[in-house]
Amino acid sequence: MPTADSEIFQVVSDVLNVPLAQVTPATSPATVEGWDSVQHLNLVLALESALGLSLEPEDIEKMQSVAGILAVVRAKGG
Amino acid sequence: MSQPLSQPTADGATATDLRAAIDAALAAGHAGRARALLGRLWAAAPTPATAPFVVSRFDRLRGQVPLVPCRLAVLRSFTVEPLVPLVKAQALVGGIDLEARLGDFDTVTQEVIDPASWVYGFAPTAIVIATQARDVAPLLWRDFADAAPADVDDEVARVARHYRHLVATLRSRTDAHVIVHNWQVPPAPALGLLDGRSGGGQVEAIRRVNGALAEVARESRNVYALDYDALIARHGAARWEDPRKWATVRLPVAADNLVHVAREWLRFLHPITGRVCKCLVTDLDNTLWGGVIGEDGMDGIKLDDSAAGAPFRAVQRAILDLHRRGVILAIASKNNPDDARQAIERHTGMILRPDHFAVVRANWDDKATSLRAIAAELNIGIDSLAFIDDNPVERQWVAEQVPEVTVIDLPADPLGYADALRTAPVFERLTLTDEDRGRGRMYAEQRLRAELSAGAGSLEDFYRSLDMRAEIAPVSPATLPRVAQLTQKTNQFNLTTRRYTEAQVAELAADPACRVWTLKVVDRMGDNGLVGVAITRLSGDRCEVDTLLLSCRVIGRTVETAFLAHVAADARARGARVLAGWFVPTAKNAPAKSFYADHGFTAAREQDGATLWERDLTAGPGPDCPPWVALTVA
Repeated sequence: MPTADSEIFQVVSDVLNVPLAQVTPATSPATVEGWDSVQHLNLVLALESALGLSLEPEDIEKMQSVAGILAVVRAKGG
Repeated sequence: MSQPLSQPTADGATATDLRAAIDAALAAGHAGRARALLGRLWAAAPTPATAPFVVSRFDRLRGQVPLVPCRLAVLRSFTVEPLVPLVKAQALVGGIDLEARLGDFDTVTQEVIDPASWVYGFAPTAIVIATQARDVAPLLWRDFADAAPADVDDEVARVARHYRHLVATLRSRTDAHVIVHNWQVPPAPALGLLDGRSGGGQVEAIRRVNGALAEVARESRNVYALDYDALIARHGAARWEDPRKWATVRLPVAADNLVHVAREWLRFLHPITGRVCKCLVTDLDNTLWGGVIGEDGMDGIKLDDSAAGAPFRAVQRAILDLHRRGVILAIASKNNPDDARQAIERHTGMILRPDHFAVVRANWDDKATSLRAIAAELNIGIDSLAFIDDNPVERQWVAEQVPEVTVIDLPADPLGYADALRTAPVFERLTLTDEDRGRGRMYAEQRLRAELSAGAGSLEDFYRSLDMRAEIAPVSPATLPRVAQLTQKTNQFNLTTRRYTEAQVAELAADPACRVWTLKVVDRMGDNGLVGVAITRLSGDRCEVDTLLLSCRVIGRTVETAFLAHVAADARARGARVLAGWFVPTAKNAPAKSFYADHGFTAAREQDGATLWERDLTAGPGPDCPPWVALTVA
């Protein structure tokens, strides 16, 4: 797993308060109770600061699951 | 700055390592260590990514580490939700357990005016009002170029009136402390360079609003203006905001700047909740000067205005500023005491001098021991101490061993030391009372007493004006170290100058023939702490004073007479008919030379230059406690 991927999993685990072992690409607002719009914003900011990225509104729209986040970050070369 | 998780911290550990160490400490039940590591992690990476980790780990430490509760209500005109985890993390690391509740979006006025508002039901400790010109006074922001000067004046007056009303309403309904953000001055005023040319510009309009907010705060009890404009300026207006986040979610702060807002709030919340420190304990080598005095010597340490010395001059200046704000200063250094003293007294680069320090502990004790001793000597709680040391190992040790002490994290580069001190929220004060000053400046107190002495009509009037209380108690485990220390370091008012270790004092205290008494003196200027020791030994009908000493802080104020009155009364109560004591002259104890003669004792015999004095306790009452000293015996 590339470094960025493991950092993404860690951030998702921290922000959404889900054990790291339970974070998978399929993790999404549908599977995590607390993943609401406020937590989504927190997640975006945490990813930006952890990965040193700036996410565009259209990126954020695509980030509706961990798989979506991975795809967006990879596309940014992260 | 963004801090990827894999970046090493100042002392080489990566954030990932620290997280693993934190979870290991939690699993092993080492609450103190976990807390110390959480502090280091937060100092290394105070980001939106770290905040939820810190908060969730503190959830597991609750009940095991000291935390002061604080309820914070935030009334706001813009998005602050992402701030909450950072404020909580920042608070927890500083020992504050923060519960935050946010008002609805841009409903500040309704939430203040409605008596049934959640704000009052929530019973907050503090209320933050965070608004911006662009949200609540667009005429002064976006529409400024269209506004006539009279409209601008009206708008400034309306805003000032409005805030005065909001604050007055809050003040009439709750005792919560109120923190009001002022407004950012526009970085690019509508008229460009012309803005300041003709008067009545946009920048000036916002400054007038800020002036009015400051005035409202000054005039109201427990209301403070938070200089948000200055906060943005300190961290750079050009990089403060992420315009995308403003456009999409009305968040006017970039992810990496959220921590600055959190820290600014905590600067207020620390003094509001009492999570402040009275005393700064500092290391010497590589903290107050560059290099090691014991190895590099007076000429080798770096303490001038060169690049190597300047950071240490800056840190000394920052410490002096704290001192002038009422913070007591002390030193805990692993050093030869003579080396340390010589450098502090004589090095030409020193800004801090011996009279700035209430306690200097230069020895080879571990720093946790030194900190405990400093707190005992100053007679303040250990939780009143803050500690700085360049060595992260010492910091970690202290944080683990004495979790009540606030350990201030220093960056790896000494250039950052002064700033770390200047921004430490535990030294913030919302008011500076005379009492604070008195508490912080023992030597100023001494001067004050001397002035009082000069101005008083008679010595007796002076003594009466001091409102002295002498509190006498048998030595206890808590006071034992201080008693031993007083026997070891007191030279002037010391009748026999017998030096005892803690173990020897404990032995004397356990001996049924002996009594070990401590004397605390409190007066109008403050608490002088434990300043006297008397040790007596009963043998038949004779009670002999083995030791009687007073710290030089209280010499010449007749408390020695109060102490002797108690010693005599105690001797009588134990069946003694004679009270006796040696005066053993030394190079320094002339102040105590006439003590026995002054109190009705007669010289019984001499031996090796020492004199044995005796007083017949059956011949009459006394010696008496002076009427201006209130004597209490525990």
